[in-house]
Amino acid sequence: MKPRKFAYIRPDTVDEAVAVLGEYGDDARILAGGQSLMAMLNLRLVEAAALIDIARIPELDTIRVAGDKVEIGAAVVQNRLLAWPDLKSRLPLLGALLPFVGHFQTRNRGTVCGSIAHADPSSEIPLSLAMLGGEVVLRSLRGTRVLAASDFQRGVLTTAREPDELVAAVRFPVAPSRHRVAFREVARRHGDFAIIAVAAMVEDAGAVRLGVGGMTGAPAIRRIEMNGGTAARDAIETLAWDLEGFEDIHASARLRRDILRRIGPVVIEEACRCAA
Amino acid sequence: MSQVLGKPLLRKEDPVLLSGRGRYADDLPVPNGTVHAHIIRSPHAHATILRIDASAALAEAGVWAVVTGEDVRRISDPFLIALKPQINQWSLAVERVRYFGEPVALVVADTRYLAEDAAELVQIDYEPLPAVVDLEAARSPSAPLLHPEARTNEISVRRFSYGDPKGAFEGADARVALTLDYPRNSFTPIECYVVVAEYRPHEKSYDVLANFQGPFSTHAVMARALRVPGTKLRLRIPPDSGGSFGIKLSIFPYIVLAALAARITGRPVKWVEDRAEHLAAASSGPNRITEIEAAVRKDGRILALRLDQIEDYGAFLRAPMPGPLYRMHGAVTGAYDIANVEVTNRVVLTNKMPASLIRGFGGPQLYMALERLVQRIAIELHLDPLEVIKRNVIAREKFPYKAAAGALYDSGDYLRAVELAVGNGRLEDLKRRRDVARAAGRPYGIGFAAIVEPGMSNMGYLSTLLTAEARDKPGPKNGAISMATLNIDPLGAVSLTADVTVQGQGHATVLSQIVAEQLGLKVGDITVILELDTLKDEWSIAAGTYSCRFSPGAAVAAHLAAVRMRDKLAEIAAKQLNILPDDVEFADGMIGSRNNPDNALPFGRVAGTAHWSPVMLPEGMPPGLRETAVWSPPGLEPPSSEDRVNTSLTYGFVFDMCGVEIDPLTFEARVDRYVSMHDAGRLLNPLIAMGQMRGSFAQGIAAALYEEFVYDENGAFLSGTFADYLVPTVGEIPPVEILHMETPSPFTPLGAKGIAEGNCMSVPACIANAIADALGVKDVRLPATPRRLHALMAAAEPKRPPPTSRGGR
Repeated sequence: MKPRKFAYIRPDTVDEAVAVLGEYGDDARILAGGQSLMAMLNLRLVEAAALIDIARIPELDTIRVAGDKVEIGAAVVQNRLLAWPDLKSRLPLLGALLPFVGHFQTRNRGTVCGSIAHADPSSEIPLSLAMLGGEVVLRSLRGTRVLAASDFQRGVLTTAREPDELVAAVRFPVAPSRHRVAFREVARRHGDFAIIAVAAMVEDAGAVRLGVGGMTGAPAIRRIEMNGGTAARDAIETLAWDLEGFEDIHASARLRRDILRRIGPVVIEEACRCAA
Repeated sequence: MSQVLGKPLLRKEDPVLLSGRGRYADDLPVPNGTVHAHIIRSPHAHATILRIDASAALAEAGVWAVVTGEDVRRISDPFLIALKPQINQWSLAVERVRYFGEPVALVVADTRYLAEDAAELVQIDYEPLPAVVDLEAARSPSAPLLHPEARTNEISVRRFSYGDPKGAFEGADARVALTLDYPRNSFTPIECYVVVAEYRPHEKSYDVLANFQGPFSTHAVMARALRVPGTKLRLRIPPDSGGSFGIKLSIFPYIVLAALAARITGRPVKWVEDRAEHLAAASSGPNRITEIEAAVRKDGRILALRLDQIEDYGAFLRAPMPGPLYRMHGAVTGAYDIANVEVTNRVVLTNKMPASLIRGFGGPQLYMALERLVQRIAIELHLDPLEVIKRNVIAREKFPYKAAAGALYDSGDYLRAVELAVGNGRLEDLKRRRDVARAAGRPYGIGFAAIVEPGMSNMGYLSTLLTAEARDKPGPKNGAISMATLNIDPLGAVSLTADVTVQGQGHATVLSQIVAEQLGLKVGDITVILELDTLKDEWSIAAGTYSCRFSPGAAVAAHLAAVRMRDKLAEIAAKQLNILPDDVEFADGMIGSRNNPDNALPFGRVAGTAHWSPVMLPEGMPPGLRETAVWSPPGLEPPSSEDRVNTSLTYGFVFDMCGVEIDPLTFEARVDRYVSMHDAGRLLNPLIAMGQMRGSFAQGIAAALYEEFVYDENGAFLSGTFADYLVPTVGEIPPVEILHMETPSPFTPLGAKGIAEGNCMSVPACIANAIADALGVKDVRLPATPRRLHALMAAAEPKRPPPTSRGGR
């Protein structure tokens, strides 16, 4: 479990990082927290001629409120966001789900943007970005590109990022009011990849937005009308069949659907109760 | 009476370990010029090796050698095993690979990085063969053969009968039968295998540092494989360990491999196993299918048992296998008074990693069958399961109790242990919790398990594998020797060595307590050195740390050495103090007269006499202060001609009771309350004993709910990382309420029994019983994962709705 040889480059600025990335393109990997990348390198599952370490670039280590959005730079580690005093008021969904991201120790290194860039289908942070309709800021020598979350993550570990682009920041829309979200995750152990992660957010009096991670290549988001009766349950039933669910040694697709059927309504109810 | 022994003292090892000053195998300095090895492993479950071309790898700078199975076959012999026909295994695959992860070639280079790079350049051509993974399928005459020369995969079948099982079954009111399938799992130490091997060409000897745990009977296996006498394989065990749990026995093929590589390259060779290698190929407990049947009376009394135990040892049988199948043999009736037993033991090979010892070996498999059966008896006879347990446990007045298959249980009061555990409202509380949960629609069950925990194995137990006639040829095997050596230097400083290997249990603390108790010193006055050197230290085939041999074994040897030393010092002091040796007292660092406290000498002064002033010693006493005690308990006899065998020296008792709720939303089993009652005889250090029980409980939970080695039907390994092989963390381990009672063992001077394996044996069965009770099912497979529980609980799935317009996307 030793990686192949690679060049290690630690630029001091984003411009420098983007320049190096432009030079190496596909042959380089961005190293931020390294919590997924280093393991994959050690197992020789990924190849990299160069690692570009952006963890110590000061301009990337910022949490900024800009208008109705919170912008989180690529060097911000998950625990730093979790400790941000405004998190619960401005980004309550992240407040609810960040404790489920890995473990305390991995959150000390793992970054918010790294999680988005890695695009694991069971990952919590991409689910929150999709739920909130956030954006990904991509920088390259060619300039800056801003993509909607739904346009960024394409499937299992695949995104719309071009080889010369750095995920420089992500932007989460600020919650319009407090306490309108609920989140549950089912995993074998705390900190494991989610078998299924479900988030709900009250959109308006008549509807809830439901997000599901862990069942398909990218987070699935649905608007569910709450017009009484069995509407919500029917919508979840349809969603379960739409998503089908992965099959792995921890859960069958059927088990994933059944958990969704059971916890979907519970999470919606929790969100509605918060909103009331 | 007791000053320090039996006190819950903090572990003296901990400040070193907790401050990062431990001296682990990988941290120790290596000889100049040491090179590093990386193992190329089989990507196939079963294949013929057609060709290995290492030329490109050997052309790389810094690469010393690529060692293959052919090299190994030329300069070493296959490992000895307990069975004929010989199943040949060398330290690298020869001609064929038989499991995913099997070592195929060893690349030796200046650094591990270079070795791994070069490994990618080694061309190996395989021709895949059909693999057999399923245990039952492997027994079929049409199954692919692992070892064609053995002509079968079921390489050993032995039938045993004790008492009159046939008569008991015929005369019984009822029969209750059950089939159990115990999974494959392991316990994963934080530290993996480490070997540093040197070859000394002028002496034709090997000098090896390895975190080997014993039993040292395996030393002979390694020496034979290397074609050297035991003295030419010097094995050193490092002072600290990152855990073992039985696994580090199975490092021995790698010790031989590294030794051979050192000989081939002429350089010291270091190999550190990485985590991926460890999970795929280090060691595993064997999976076992048990068909078990009881002949019972209407009131639940068990008259006879019949067991057919089919155990899967993977691709090879390694020394000392099939230990798990025979270690419990004498105690196969567990905690119950059952006179008639019939046992069939089958050893089967499949295309999986070789199985070996892991903590509690043989116990979880046996008790899963026995304790699940006891619950089934209650259900089928409409009795309370606790009543069935109480009606069958061995009565106090029967101890020492000779079990049907030969175990001689030393002491116990099982009924009282059960009463204490369920008392104080504990069982009532469990029932209340169950009723509340069930009323709310949540499945909830209560489980029990009553088990006997053996301590210190009879080294002859494995020979039960052979027929009495076959055993006669090489002669009887038996006993369990323990040794310890106590030294006192001219200033009175005390040091002790013993034939145990460090694995983190706190042995140095307990040994210090034992010695300090005798010599009237403080625990801090005793230096305990447990790193081991086979050329200089005391050891026997039984040496090592396994099978709970510390408390009934090594601890006793230390006690005997300390008593002998005390007697010698008492005689020396008596002469100087002008008193009788019987009047001598050891207290607070002084040796003096019990009757006249003013008449005393400092401990160091008396000790110095033995070194400096032989002239002052009593007539005929040899000078110097060094005592080696050998403890070889009577009672560990060879298997009898009727195949009865006292498999262990001591037998503790554990009674567990738990409530398990199954989350109706997520299908997770949640342990709601767990009570564990222990009788391990006298506790030498209750704090350390508690640590052992908690650790054992955690690993019992792991086996019951989380950990499993999973292979697909073609032998591909699906649990190769810690994301798939799920070791529970502190967050997943439920609280456990541990209770104690003490019935000291009359068979050892200290009265202490083993304690570190009981919950590994009891917890899986207890939780399986609770789940069976919760769901009203007969078959519960472990680990009881949401996937498995869902399969047991789920009704038919709602039909897929017809496609509609998908609004709201």
